[in-house]
Amino acid sequence: MDVITADKLTKRFGDFVAVDQISFSVKQGEIFGFLGANGAGKTTAMRMLTGLSRPTSGQAQVAGFDIYRDVEKIKRRIGYMSQKFSLYEDLTVSENIEFYGGVYGIKARDLRLKTSQLLSELGLQEVARTLVGSLPLGWKQKLAFSVAIMHDPALVFLDEPTGGVDPITRRQFWEMIYQAADRGVTIFVTTHYMDEAEYCDRISMMANGRIAALGTPQELREQFQAPDMNAIFLKIARGSQTA
Amino acid sequence: MRQLRIVILKEFYHILRDSRTLLILFGLPLVQILLFGFAITNEIKGAKMAVVDASGDDISREMVQRLTASDYFIYQGRAGSREEVLHLFREGKIKMALFIPPNLQRDFYHGEATEIQLLADATDPNTATTLVNYATAIINDYQLEKLDAQDAPFQIKTELTMRYNPLLKSVYLFVPGVMTVILMLVSAMMTSIALTREKELGTMEVLLVSPLQPPFIIIGKVIPYFILGMVNATLIVTLGVLVFGMPVQGSWLLLGAETILFILTSLALGILISTRTDSQQVAMMMSLMALMLPTIILSGFIFPIESMPRPLQLLSNIIPAKWFIIILRNIMLKGVGFDFVWRETLILFGMFSFFTLLSIRNFKTRLA
Repeated sequence: MDVITADKLTKRFGDFVAVDQISFSVKQGEIFGFLGANGAGKTTAMRMLTGLSRPTSGQAQVAGFDIYRDVEKIKRRIGYMSQKFSLYEDLTVSENIEFYGGVYGIKARDLRLKTSQLLSELGLQEVARTLVGSLPLGWKQKLAFSVAIMHDPALVFLDEPTGGVDPITRRQFWEMIYQAADRGVTIFVTTHYMDEAEYCDRISMMANGRIAALGTPQELREQFQAPDMNAIFLKIARGSQTA
Repeated sequence: MRQLRIVILKEFYHILRDSRTLLILFGLPLVQILLFGFAITNEIKGAKMAVVDASGDDISREMVQRLTASDYFIYQGRAGSREEVLHLFREGKIKMALFIPPNLQRDFYHGEATEIQLLADATDPNTATTLVNYATAIINDYQLEKLDAQDAPFQIKTELTMRYNPLLKSVYLFVPGVMTVILMLVSAMMTSIALTREKELGTMEVLLVSPLQPPFIIIGKVIPYFILGMVNATLIVTLGVLVFGMPVQGSWLLLGAETILFILTSLALGILISTRTDSQQVAMMMSLMALMLPTIILSGFIFPIESMPRPLQLLSNIIPAKWFIIILRNIMLKGVGFDFVWRETLILFGMFSFFTLLSIRNFKTRLA
């Protein structure tokens, strides 16, 4: 089953075409890497899929709903973790969990259960009443991810989730992503760490608003005859400059 | 409804955890009202005065006694000469001096023209003018009394009544003013900062992706500031009434309703500012420059609008605070009802609607 299908999805700002007729699909439980240089159009594409921005033309379904007509239904079924830290630093760990749980409509009784469950999974019971601002960055990041998927979304969008995080924490973070994917949560992740791209099941690389490459890491290496993602990325980036 | 509740609860956490916000919310109104009430005042009490009395007769002595018997002047002492007085002025020991010419009593009873000279320290022109006015009034009073005793055939006495504020208490002026400034500060500035903070930190995007309805996000974040505005208004009026004897002649209900309207107008302004910028710094600067300064200077709170140059008078019409201060003074001091403030109320309501519509439009274009 496809969790995302996009068909010639386009977004124009005046004369500028930010996203130019992109078509792709993402299967359930897949880890889908969404790559591209800054300004290639990945943020705009993601904003359209999450209902933050209306497409100029084209079709797309997210979690089985149309992105024009059923934005509200889509919002209930997706999770989102932004590039900037998405928790409140001046709220405690449990206040953050309760707030986002409430926002996603988890009932009060379930929420209490869910909160303690989540705290014990992350080993954060001790700091439940500590302000999030005083936690180490790695913990915050893991907490933010857990909060983003606590309402059991069909799909979670991660916008450069590991920016500024040390390599060990990044590894642990990817382990959490794998665990979530094993439970059937689809992961849509943007990153500019090329080694992380190798962790994905499938990758799309954007350049100039178009999808320049799409496939598994293995397929892309063969197609571009390059040893790793970094080389492919450079080839595409250079290609887009000369074009 | 539950969504609204959790957003409100969260905003209260933000407010209660930030000591600076709390200080602005509750420290500032308290300090301002006490400052304006006690320290900054137009009334003058106990100004020190020296006298050069060249007559030394009954009339001159009585006149000096009259002056110093009032609360306004304190007799600093007799000075021998003009030089001595000037010296006292330079040393800052006196604020005013009185020169009485020789033979005052004789000239007075013989209907000769006499002149008394008042010298005032005009380094502070307002104080000097007030002092001279007080002294002149007291001396004129005394003179009339003396003539009266002599049964002069013609005399015109003026009797002054200062309506609505018979004692000319400056606190009557300041309570509505401080209330307006504080409500503007809490409602507009704090709201615009609270909203831009979410944008700056990136949490606004997370909220917009969530099932929360955008209007709920805004309303939920704004309600706490509405409540705090009401608390502040109550605090200021209570202080005014209990500590400074500020009257509330008109209807409390009308006062409350007008206050709510002004808070809503300020909140709408705060939201409007937050739709124009993504940075807390800019929001604060915009609030201070575009709202606080005009509110303090052009609203008639401190400087009378009538004495401003024409362009500024026209500009003052677009300041919501101006209309609110007029309404407050009308209700609190004159005790008039809605039929006397409906025009100002309508203007405020128009401003509120305009800012709200503009905010909604800006918000929508941002999301498109």
